[in-house]
Amino acid sequence: MKSRRFVLTFPPEATGEPITYNLIRKFDIMVNIVKADVTPGQVGHLVMEMTAPSKVLKEGMEYMKQQNVECVPIDRKITYREDLCIHCGACSAVCFAGALTINRATAELVFDPEKCVMCELCLTACPLKLFDIDLG
Amino acid sequence: MSRKRTIAEINEKILSGKAVVLTAEQVAAMGREASPSEIAEKVDVVTTGTFGPMCSSGMFINFGHTDPPMRMEKITLNNVPVFAGIAAVDAYIGATETALPHDQYGGAHVIEELIAGKDVMLQATAKGTDCYPRTEVKTYINRASVNEMIMFNPRNAYQNYNVAVNSTSKMKYTYMGTLLPSFGNATFSTSGELSPLLNDPELRTIGIGTRIFFGGTTGYVAWHGTQFNTGKPVNEHGVPVGNSATLALIGNAKEMTTQFIRAAYFEKYGVSIFVGVGIPIPVLDEDMARRVMVRNSQIHTNILDYGSPGHDALGRIDYQSLFSGEITLNGKRIRTAPLSSVKVAREIAETLRREIEAGRFLLTAPVEQFTKTSGLNNLEIRL
Repeated sequence: MKSRRFVLTFPPEATGEPITYNLIRKFDIMVNIVKADVTPGQVGHLVMEMTAPSKVLKEGMEYMKQQNVECVPIDRKITYREDLCIHCGACSAVCFAGALTINRATAELVFDPEKCVMCELCLTACPLKLFDIDLG
Repeated sequence: MSRKRTIAEINEKILSGKAVVLTAEQVAAMGREASPSEIAEKVDVVTTGTFGPMCSSGMFINFGHTDPPMRMEKITLNNVPVFAGIAAVDAYIGATETALPHDQYGGAHVIEELIAGKDVMLQATAKGTDCYPRTEVKTYINRASVNEMIMFNPRNAYQNYNVAVNSTSKMKYTYMGTLLPSFGNATFSTSGELSPLLNDPELRTIGIGTRIFFGGTTGYVAWHGTQFNTGKPVNEHGVPVGNSATLALIGNAKEMTTQFIRAAYFEKYGVSIFVGVGIPIPVLDEDMARRVMVRNSQIHTNILDYGSPGHDALGRIDYQSLFSGEITLNGKRIRTAPLSSVKVAREIAETLRREIEAGRFLLTAPVEQFTKTSGLNNLEIRL
């Protein structure tokens, strides 16, 4: 079983369904909420780590789709223009989650989206502005 | 005692394809097994490199004359003001210049775009004189259209620099990057054992006129850099602790590439520019061999609190620890991160190594050595 991080986008017209509760109880998905940004009447976001066999995870995602909740792997929400990166390390300085690190052997920036908590600090810390987070 | 070499002898070996040229990292690794005398025997040249943000940079440009001619007095390039207080169509683009204080686009970006060959909007006005009657101009310029693009950076390639931390409870936005509150991170900005002036700490072989790798082309050391300070204490390996010597560099920006010159914006601080510099160090004798063997564990710098107004010194640390990703300060573990790209510094050192090995880059003896005694004055407020 692999843990993967997803960004859940809730529509403003919340369904009233206890989505996270159902993911745990009905589908037996282990859930770890990394970041939550939910305000009544507005689009809400949840960054969530989900652990389950891939078949179960697929069923859970299908359930969320039925509830109009978008569920996208975190690496598709964050874009990093690697081709333009100079590997200075300024982003790694602020990445307290450890998603951005400089590999000691290659001196290259390594981005592990599975550790990202969507704090957005890298967006401003990168001197070349190479990060972008698309929350729709 | 190993034999001594002159720069002329090294150049003869380079031209005959017999010179042994290593990067500073390679010779530092070799130094774990070999003695200074053995390295002095085997190695002729050691190449260094650095690619960090260097605010004290800029470029002279000559736009060419209009018909009728004009003495440009107020000039902007892509709306960024450039210094026009020199002759008619000469100007100086400062890397950190911006139109408005909080702009994220500035002189560095104009320089990068010109180096990339892009069109840049030139606007200028003048009062008009008998010899220069034109009073305004608006047009596009680019690398091919202008006469000269001469990069002249008054302070580059700092010999060592501080580590920045933040003791306060608030985020600090600095030229050392974003500093997380309560010692949440520590940033540093040299390429350590690869850094040019750390491989010749007494500047025996680097001086006025030294030929260097500069922004992707050949450049020269023009002078000692501003804030050149020989008064810093040295550690037991003879390496200055903290920021000390600096270089003023000059080169043809028309030949530079954006691989080695890149514009940057540091959040809530401002615009800066990453500059690629590489300097070959001739291994003249055993003393120079000992210098170029220096390893990250043998180079130290000061940890300064950028949260305090006077940047209080909190401790001293070596670069091996800094590059490990974590240091301990007063019992607290702090994540470290570089701001200077070791990856690009390695590319510079390797490019220079290959150029020398291929006989395309010869070494120079300084036309003049730098001053041995230079301290810093503070600005006294006299009113």
